Amino acid sequence: MSLSATTAPPSPAPPPPDAPARRRRGYLLNRLDLKYSPYLYIAPFFLLFGVFGLYPMLRTAWMSLHDWDMIGDHTFIGLDNYSALLSDDYFWNALVNTFGIFALSTIPQLLLALFLANLLNKTLLRAKTFFRMAIFVPNVVSVAAVAIVFGMLFQREFGLFNWLLSLVGVDPVDWDGERWSSWTAIASMVNWRWTGYNTLILLAGMQAIPKDLYEAAAIDGASQWRQFWQITLPMLKPTFIFVVILSTIGGMQLFTEPLLFGNGNIIGGNQREFQTLAMYMYEKGITNLNTAGYGAAVAWAIFMIIVLVSLLNFLLVRRTAK
Amino acid sequence: MRLTTRRTRLAAVALAAITAVGGLSACGNDDDDQPAAGEKPAKLVVDTFGEMGYDELVKQYEKETGIKVELRKTAQLSEYRPKLVRYLATGKGAADVTALEEGILNEFKANPRNWADLNPLVADHSKEYLPWKWELGKAPDGRLIGLPTDVGSLAVCYRKDLFQAAGLPTERDQVSALWPDWNGFHEAGKKYKQGSGGKAFIDSITAVSNGVLFQQGADLFYDKENNIIADSSPAVKTAWDTATSMVDISAKAQTWSPEWSGGFKQGTFAATFCPSWMLGIVAENSGAANKGKWDVASVPGGGGNWGGSWLAVPEQSKYQKEAAKLAEFLTNATSQVEAFKAKGPLPTNLEALKNEAFLSYTNEYFSNAPTGKIFGESVSKIEPIHLGPKHQAVKENAFEPAMRAFENGQADKAKAWEQFTKDAKTQGAF
Repeated sequence: MSLSATTAPPSPAPPPPDAPARRRRGYLLNRLDLKYSPYLYIAPFFLLFGVFGLYPMLRTAWMSLHDWDMIGDHTFIGLDNYSALLSDDYFWNALVNTFGIFALSTIPQLLLALFLANLLNKTLLRAKTFFRMAIFVPNVVSVAAVAIVFGMLFQREFGLFNWLLSLVGVDPVDWDGERWSSWTAIASMVNWRWTGYNTLILLAGMQAIPKDLYEAAAIDGASQWRQFWQITLPMLKPTFIFVVILSTIGGMQLFTEPLLFGNGNIIGGNQREFQTLAMYMYEKGITNLNTAGYGAAVAWAIFMIIVLVSLLNFLLVRRTAK
Repeated sequence: MRLTTRRTRLAAVALAAITAVGGLSACGNDDDDQPAAGEKPAKLVVDTFGEMGYDELVKQYEKETGIKVELRKTAQLSEYRPKLVRYLATGKGAADVTALEEGILNEFKANPRNWADLNPLVADHSKEYLPWKWELGKAPDGRLIGLPTDVGSLAVCYRKDLFQAAGLPTERDQVSALWPDWNGFHEAGKKYKQGSGGKAFIDSITAVSNGVLFQQGADLFYDKENNIIADSSPAVKTAWDTATSMVDISAKAQTWSPEWSGGFKQGTFAATFCPSWMLGIVAENSGAANKGKWDVASVPGGGGNWGGSWLAVPEQSKYQKEAAKLAEFLTNATSQVEAFKAKGPLPTNLEALKNEAFLSYTNEYFSNAPTGKIFGESVSKIEPIHLGPKHQAVKENAFEPAMRAFENGQADKAKAWEQFTKDAKTQGAF
C-alpha cells in the first residue's frame, strides 16, 4: 500500500530536476505517516479520556489524602480518610445495601433475560423484530421518569402495589420503611430498565452459536431442554461474563433510583435502609461541603470494590472454563 | 491520490487535536481584565432562588442608575446550592449579588473569606431590621456578609370544611384560641380525630418539631461557641418530646414527599404549618377545587420561623461596591413591601412591617385571611437563635430522620433518640 504510493508521484507534471530528492521526502513522510498516524487517529479518545477520565481520577486520589473543604481549606492528612472509612458503620451499611440491591436486581434479571432471549431465539416465534424492539423500550426511558413512576407505585397511602395487596387481604407495606421492602422496590426499577438490554445482548450471543450443533444434537435425539443446557449455556459463557461485569459496574454505582425513591434524601431512608455506596459518596463529598476529602476516599473505595469484584468474576469464570 | 487523501486526513486529525488542546487551554484563561478603580460597571448579576419578587425592582434600579441588572432565577434551593458551591470552589461564575437562605447561610458563613465585608460598603442599617435577623447576617469573625431580605414566620393553615365536619370551630380567631400552647394543639388534634372517625390532624411530627424548635429562642444543636450540644440542649429535647407525643394525630406524611403533596387534595390531614412562602405551595397542592376551604390561624406557643434569606456579595465580584449598593436597594423598606405584594416574601425591615399596604393585605385563596396582619404580628414574636455552621445538616440528616423512624414505628423513642445523638455528632462536625 505504502510502496505503491511512493512510486506514484502526487502530481502528473514532468519530473523536475530535483525529482530524487522529492521522492526521498515523499518516502520519509510516508514512513512517518505509517508509523505515527495511528496514534493520532486514536489521540482524540485518549485526550478526552485524559481530561474527563484520568485527570478527575488522579485529582480524586489527591483529594482523598486531604481534609478537604470544598470552599475552604485543604490539609494533607495522608491515609487518615481511608482508615476512618474502615471503622465507619455507615460506609459498611452502604456496602451491604449496595450488594443487597445488586443481588436482588442482577440475579432475577439475568435469569429472566436468559429465558426471554431463548424465547426470542426460537424460530417458531412470529413478529420477532417487534418483540425484540419492544423489550428494549424500558431502557430508552429516562431513569428519573422510571424512578418517579415507580416511587408512585410503591407509595404507602395511594400506591398501586399496596392497593393490590389490600385486594388479597395483606396489610399495606411501608415500602421505604424496611430494608427488604425498599431493596425490592429499588431492584424492581433496575430490573424493569435493564432486563431488555441484557436480553438483547444474550440473544446476540445465542445467534452466534453455529446451527449445526443443534442439528446434530437433534439428530442424536436430544430434547430442547437438553440442547439448552448442553449447547446454549456453555457456548454463551463469554457473553454471559460480559453481561455480568456490566451489571456489576452498574450495580455498584447505583444512585438515581434509590435517591429518587427516598424523595431525594441523600441518606436513603430514615435509618439509611437503602443508602448505596454512590449515595454515601455524594453525601460526604458533595452535600457536606467540609468532608469532600472523605467523599473522595469513598469514591476510590467504590473503584477498588468494582475492580475486586470484576477480578473475582474473571478468575471464577476462567477456572470453570478450563 | 491516495497519498494526498491520507495526508489531508492526517492534517485533519492533527488540526482536531490542536483545536481540542487549544480549546481546553482557552477555558483556562478567561478574561481577567480588572475594572479601573471607580469605574461604573456595565452590568450587575443577581442570583436568587424560588420567588423573591425582584423583577420590577430590578427594572426600577436600571432606570435610576443606568446600570444593567441581570436577574438569574433558580426554582429550587436544591439546584441553587450546588451551583453556588461550584462558583465558590472554582473562584468564578458567581453573581455580584447572591441570595443565601437561612438553611445554607451558616455553612457558607463558615468560610467568610468567600464573601465581601459589607460594613465599609453600605451605610449602617443595623437598627432598621429585626435585630436577630441582622445579627445572623454577620460572620463569626464579625464581617457583615448578608443584608436581610425576608423571614418565614410561622402560622397554621387549616381546612375549614374538615374542621366543621369534625365539630371544631372554623373562625380563625376561635381556632387560634383552641391552641394557645402545644398542649391545646394536641387536644384539638385528638378532638378532630374523634370527630372525623379516626382521621389524622397534622401532616407529620417533624412539622411540629420545626415549629417548636424555632420559637424557644434558645441554642439548638450548637452553643454560642459552636460546640455540638445536640444531646444536651433543652430546646431540642422539648421539641423532640412535644413532637413525638403527637404521633397519634399525625398522617406520617413527610414534607415534600408524594404522600404529603397528594395529602392536600385527599384531605389526609386537616392542618399544617405555614410560613408565608408556604401559602402558595398549599394553594397549588390543594388545587382550584379547594379554594376558600383553607384559612390561616396563629401558631401554638406564638412565633416561630421557617426559612428566610439574606443578600450577600461574593469576594470574587469585580464590582463589590456597586453590588453592595444594589443589595442595599433591594432590601430597603419600600423594596421589601413591593416584593411582598409581588410574590409574598415577608419583610424584615421594621419600617416595612409597619407599612399600611403590607398590613392591609388579604389572601383570596385562604378565605381572604388578612395574611399581612397575621404574619406581621407573628414576626415580632420570633426569638433570635444562634444556628451553628452545620445546623441544616444536623436537622435534615440526623434529627428529622430519627424522628420519622419513631413516627413510622421503625424504632422506639429511646432507640430513635440514640440514633439522633449519634448522627448529630457526625453531621454536625465541621
